[in-house]
Amino acid sequence: MSDCDAAIVGSGPAGATAAHVLTEAGWSVIVLEKGRNHLLDLEPPFGPLGAVSNDELKLTRRHFLGPDPWLEPRTYRRSASDGDRLETGDVNNLPSTVGGGGSHADGKLPRFREEDFRILSHQGAVEGAELVDWPFGYDEVEACYAEAERVVGVAGEAGANPFASWRADPFPMPPGPDMYCARLTSEAATRLGYHPYRAPTGVNSVEYDGRPACNNCGFCAYYGCPIEAKGDPVAPLRHALRTGRCELRPESVVTDVLVDGTGRRARGVRYLDRELDLHEISARHVILAGGAFETPRLLLRNGLGNPDVVGRFLSFHFQTFVLGIFDHRLHGHRGRAVTHLMDDPIVGDGDVAAAARDAGLPFLRGGIVEHGAASGPVMEALHSPAGPMHSRLMVDSPLRDCMAAFTMQGEDLPVATNRVDLDPQVRDVYGMPAGRVTYAPHRHEVACAEHWAPRLELVMREAGAQRTFWATSPALPGTRGDLPGFRAPMSRHIIGTARMGDDPRTSVFDRWQRLHGIDNVMCADSSVFPTSTGYGPTLTIVALAIRASRALAGLDPLRSNRARP
Amino acid sequence: MLEAACERCIPATDAHPGARALGVADYIDGLLGAFLVDPPRIWAGGPFSGRHGGEPGFDTYLRLSSLEELAWRTRIEGSQGIPERERLGPVKGWQQEYRDGIAALGADYCDCDGEEQDRRLDALPGFKALCYEHACEGAYGAPEYGGNRGGAGWRAIGFPGDVAPRGYTDAEVSERP
Repeated sequence: MSDCDAAIVGSGPAGATAAHVLTEAGWSVIVLEKGRNHLLDLEPPFGPLGAVSNDELKLTRRHFLGPDPWLEPRTYRRSASDGDRLETGDVNNLPSTVGGGGSHADGKLPRFREEDFRILSHQGAVEGAELVDWPFGYDEVEACYAEAERVVGVAGEAGANPFASWRADPFPMPPGPDMYCARLTSEAATRLGYHPYRAPTGVNSVEYDGRPACNNCGFCAYYGCPIEAKGDPVAPLRHALRTGRCELRPESVVTDVLVDGTGRRARGVRYLDRELDLHEISARHVILAGGAFETPRLLLRNGLGNPDVVGRFLSFHFQTFVLGIFDHRLHGHRGRAVTHLMDDPIVGDGDVAAAARDAGLPFLRGGIVEHGAASGPVMEALHSPAGPMHSRLMVDSPLRDCMAAFTMQGEDLPVATNRVDLDPQVRDVYGMPAGRVTYAPHRHEVACAEHWAPRLELVMREAGAQRTFWATSPALPGTRGDLPGFRAPMSRHIIGTARMGDDPRTSVFDRWQRLHGIDNVMCADSSVFPTSTGYGPTLTIVALAIRASRALAGLDPLRSNRARP
Repeated sequence: MLEAACERCIPATDAHPGARALGVADYIDGLLGAFLVDPPRIWAGGPFSGRHGGEPGFDTYLRLSSLEELAWRTRIEGSQGIPERERLGPVKGWQQEYRDGIAALGADYCDCDGEEQDRRLDALPGFKALCYEHACEGAYGAPEYGGNRGGAGWRAIGFPGDVAPRGYTDAEVSERP
């Protein structure tokens, strides 16, 4: 008799979704979350704790949602020629808290496109990257996307994006209000022949699933929602807890997946509690949902999974920031952080094809362009110089209230040497080796940024910006941001470190996200994505977690409400 | 003296009250003495400040876990040879950074003219960077942390601060101000 049907490692969008689907199917689950719980009361009726707030210091300066980079450092280097590490501390730290990465996201939740699932067939191979097709196509997951949008609560406008993948259903909610700055930039983009659209967002535009409509408070990206209007994992976690079959244990750090004597079955997990005492729980199934940084770290520590692949093909989005300074205030602190997207750099045009040829590449695939605003005043101040200039700049606010921002989330091609592994010296407070990122962009990403940045600057100018400039993350060597302490990529989209596939020699998990060789270990997070695409990963994480969890529980596959048009 | 140094970083102008009037030194005192109160002055509570509806919750601080306390005490007090604080190597701690920095500015710092004050601060780039980082937090963070007195830092720069639960109307989001 096991302690539970499934032990779920992590309570972010992946783990919360798995808990929701499995408890609904009658399974008992224990969710182990290494971070603290600031999200919801763990006693019925599982109400809000009231801990998150519109507080820039707590949320952006003092590691409130974790992980604290001193307790759980990560390390970074660009390549082995940098030595063991260049940076130690905060490296792509998604929140480590009940709700995981969903807590801080402002919830832009686009679906991937059909081509994203067969990029190798669609685009062809690229030297220096290991592009592969996904083991299934978009049509097979369309219904899971629809269910994900219902579970999370997504507001959007079907048909607004001419390049969107096909969908059988309308969005569960209409879109929320457009930000003023995004109206300026999206109208300008339209005039220049691009195709911006209202972003599908996991933010309630009306009351939904017992949670209120967004009040446009503006503290969205990097903040938890104080009124639960955001589709962070509070909804699926609360649904799971209400079944009475889900137990959520915060401050529980899983150290090991326990495997039986045959080496072919997991029997449970071992974890440290808040007093640093070790515990074991037995489980029929183990579900990994710690994210694409922590999942390979756990596998590597335990020697599980195909050792030639685990940790490799680490992908972020190669971010290009194009900033425009206007002659008037844009009040970007009102409303969600981003209200418009455009897919033009993903889809490309003749101009892009020519640029690809010039760069000696078979194609250039950028990423979605987010039309958004600058961040809060403490961040603005830190980017302003000390001294007399400080007070003048802060009062005039070119770097915040008069600024609009594009972020292109450029598709990051899978490169075998880009990886997560275990740092040879640095350890976390639990005594375990820190995860180490080794990462440098493929030249495709750099060429994409160099192609699109000046074009996006023209859009900013068309929108009325007086001055524009651009930068990338990670910074290109020798550019302004290439400074010690700031060299790690800022992207919080972490993808691909234990890719799935049908061939156990070239992948870690199978098409149902089960570990090759130990099929009662499933991975619900973005580690399994074979490629990064140019879209934020969260909705796809949720959709695939629904698909894999339903299969695990023996439920019928979801079917789309109408056939592909 | 700390006040004078912060004022050089964030000086008063016709339109900006400057670090001294905003109580930036009080903010830094509050941070360095965070563990003089229980729960410590690290994370203000929530969900609302009470400035725009709801019960005021920011002035009740949240509890830290024992590991979080270890991290914050290490940052503030330094590692002091305590093994569990030296896992990643010795840490000097902000209290000592400020003691050393203020001593290095010289006992006559406040009597110097602005140019000399800048020169002395520029000669201590590490201290200046720390001081500036905390001055920015104190000038524009929530007033409950001890700085940004009466929200005057926010008013000067045209930032309304926290606005939940009132928020903004759809028209306020979408239209030109």
